[in-house]
Amino acid sequence: MDWEYVKYYFNWLTGEIRDFLLVANSPGQKIVLAIVVIALFVGVMALLLWLVDRPRNPRGWLVASVFAGPALVLIGFGLVYPAIRTTQSSFYDRTSSVFVGWDNYVRAFSESEFQIVLRNTALWVFLVPILATAIGLIYAVLVDRTRFEKLAKTLVFMPMAISMVGASIIWKFVYDYRQASSPQTGLLNQVLVWIGIEPQQFILSQPWNNFFLIVVMIWIQTGFAMTILSASIRAIPEDIIEAGRLDGLSGIGMFRHITVPSIRPALIVVLTTIAMATLKVFDIVRTMTGGNFGTSVVANEFYTQSFRYNDKGLGATLAVILFVLVIPLVVYNVRQMRKVEEIR
Amino acid sequence: MRIKNARGAIALTAGASLALVLSACAPPMDEEPGGTDTGTDTGTTEPTGDVAEGCEDYAVYGDLSGKTVTVYTSIVEVEQVDQEESYDKFEECTGAKIEYEGSREFEAQLLVRVESGSAPDIAYLPQPGLLNTIVNDFPDAIVPASAGTEANVDQFFSPSWKEYGTVNDTFYAAPLGANMKSFVWYNPSIFTEKGYAVPTTWDEMLALTDQIAADYPDSKPWCAGIESGDATGWPATDWIEDVVLRASGPEVYDQWVAHEIPFNDPAIKSAFDVADDILRDEARVNGGFGNVATIAITPWTDGGLPILPAGDDDPQCFLHRAANFYQNNWPEGTNVAEDGDVFAFYLPSIDGESSPVLGGGEFVAAFRDAPEVAAFQEFLSSDTWANEKARVTEGGGWVTANNGLDLNNLATDFDKLAAGVLGDPNSVIRFDASDLMPAAVGAGSFWREMTAWFAEGKDTQAVLDAIEASWP
Repeated sequence: MDWEYVKYYFNWLTGEIRDFLLVANSPGQKIVLAIVVIALFVGVMALLLWLVDRPRNPRGWLVASVFAGPALVLIGFGLVYPAIRTTQSSFYDRTSSVFVGWDNYVRAFSESEFQIVLRNTALWVFLVPILATAIGLIYAVLVDRTRFEKLAKTLVFMPMAISMVGASIIWKFVYDYRQASSPQTGLLNQVLVWIGIEPQQFILSQPWNNFFLIVVMIWIQTGFAMTILSASIRAIPEDIIEAGRLDGLSGIGMFRHITVPSIRPALIVVLTTIAMATLKVFDIVRTMTGGNFGTSVVANEFYTQSFRYNDKGLGATLAVILFVLVIPLVVYNVRQMRKVEEIR
Repeated sequence: MRIKNARGAIALTAGASLALVLSACAPPMDEEPGGTDTGTDTGTTEPTGDVAEGCEDYAVYGDLSGKTVTVYTSIVEVEQVDQEESYDKFEECTGAKIEYEGSREFEAQLLVRVESGSAPDIAYLPQPGLLNTIVNDFPDAIVPASAGTEANVDQFFSPSWKEYGTVNDTFYAAPLGANMKSFVWYNPSIFTEKGYAVPTTWDEMLALTDQIAADYPDSKPWCAGIESGDATGWPATDWIEDVVLRASGPEVYDQWVAHEIPFNDPAIKSAFDVADDILRDEARVNGGFGNVATIAITPWTDGGLPILPAGDDDPQCFLHRAANFYQNNWPEGTNVAEDGDVFAFYLPSIDGESSPVLGGGEFVAAFRDAPEVAAFQEFLSSDTWANEKARVTEGGGWVTANNGLDLNNLATDFDKLAAGVLGDPNSVIRFDASDLMPAAVGAGSFWREMTAWFAEGKDTQAVLDAIEASWP
């Protein structure tokens, strides 16, 4: 933003106050500036709300625009505008200056290194949601109403509290490799050595290394799935369970015919939410392999192309591909959430 | 409909915290644009002509009281302390304030900041290739070097160093620190014990390699590691560059860098084969870590550590090619000296006569046209700064190609060795090729393909063809 321009609008403030606020260098000045901005915001919002509240029967559109307006402006500025710009640059060359048509898309789908990237992304999006949800569901059912429920749930939920980068570093140590004659530093290889197997280069062995990376994401997301599903299992009305029991259901039958159908909407929300998180996965790949050894995914490749190779066109193209892949999931997810709410 | 008070309050709180976040994101405004003066110069205590004691060398920069210069760089942590300390005297004598910001994400972030119009006043570019990108993509953002800076560079640096800071015949950036990359680290006590001589030709080095392999069947002669987070692969490019310089000569090297010959030219292929002979021979690598593939996952910082034996054991490896700055990686208490725990010898040339040297370094570029910025840029290219920096770097590990530097100010014998090679008129110095190539190659496919060369045992010709295909 051009600061001369901003200052022009603040000309009504006397010089010193203006400079004190706009040339905020010291922490003190910054705090004062923050307070002034908050006060301004509170003032404007209060004024708007007060105005809306004034007439006895405020018009619907007025209320709607005051409530939704600020959000819409922010979405427009922070989401819609960048999305349009990104889509536009995906049709331009590496410096965003020459129009190249669909060239970037052709490259992204035809070159072998990008095909590996797309294959890996597909692998992630297929495996992570299904496995994380399945493990989370089975775990939730197994520990439901047992004596150790709280402890057991805490244990599975804990990885959620760790950042993706933190989790990746932990797992990088787990997979660490040393030659067979040296003491192992990686947990998994040490276990292999104990049971008499040669240590393995987990991070290097293609294509299996992708699965070892996927395990990290499942480890993180299972806690999320377990928590949501456990809550919906609890919410199944007693009378349905009772009816099932009277019909002679128990164990696996109860799980198949009562539990799963009752929590179906929650299951789908969990699946799609994890799928979206997985499509955007970046931290794990970047931390563990940097996209080397055939493990790159779309989000990582997008970052590499945009910010390391400075190929803005190709970077934007990958971002658009990611965006297009996420849209159906978001739509489906929102519709399912509405259904869940209707049921309630 | 009436708005309930509770809801209103929630909306306000949410909004308020959003505003707080937004205000925190606003770019800091250190200086007014256009260089207009905020306050009247109160003419600080010192009248002109009367210079405080110890400030004689700084009088040329004048009185810069109340001015701030922001510096953005990839030099962080340990080295940052010495770096900042070397400006103390400048700040004290001129009254200017240097605001230093180091970032590991420097290379990606600098371009973002330049593009968004919030460039730092001064940036230390670790690669001439990055300077090229900035000049070509953002010609209005970067400021050509001040006259004083140019005069200093003409006086204190060899013409090739000035050339690396020049784009389209305009001189932009003066060299700061320098690296000397053509070193092989070794264990002097083992060399003495076994009677090994430091090799002076490539063939002698290969003979020594075979000798070590015969003497120590449980170890490997060489060790290497090229893992470096998201920059994995760069140490391998240095290896290759050093060999290209030796096997194909400086002329071919220059053509290779400028893409006058393709990346997959037979001359480059033959250099790769020379490196292949050491780096992908299971009998010669990777001491202490395992097979050839482990080179790709061994952190660069750990790559040479097996040279230091644990207790009375034999070392796991004996030779490690790495730049002078590898000296900072040895564990605390390691004696880096010719008669100490580790030392390095010059990676010999193949003909045994010429002395090609692979170097690197940072370049100081300015992004604001103001007297204080020009003065600071000039200061950093002077002999005054070079000697001051050498003095404050008490632990060693820093050299420069500035020939105004008095070698006696350097902290260690090893630094003197490195600076001596860099300053030797017989040395044929070439800048790190990957730093000169376009980012898509020099920080992209070259790294990536070298990693695959080790990790997957990818065919050399396929590696070269892939890099050539990625040249923008």
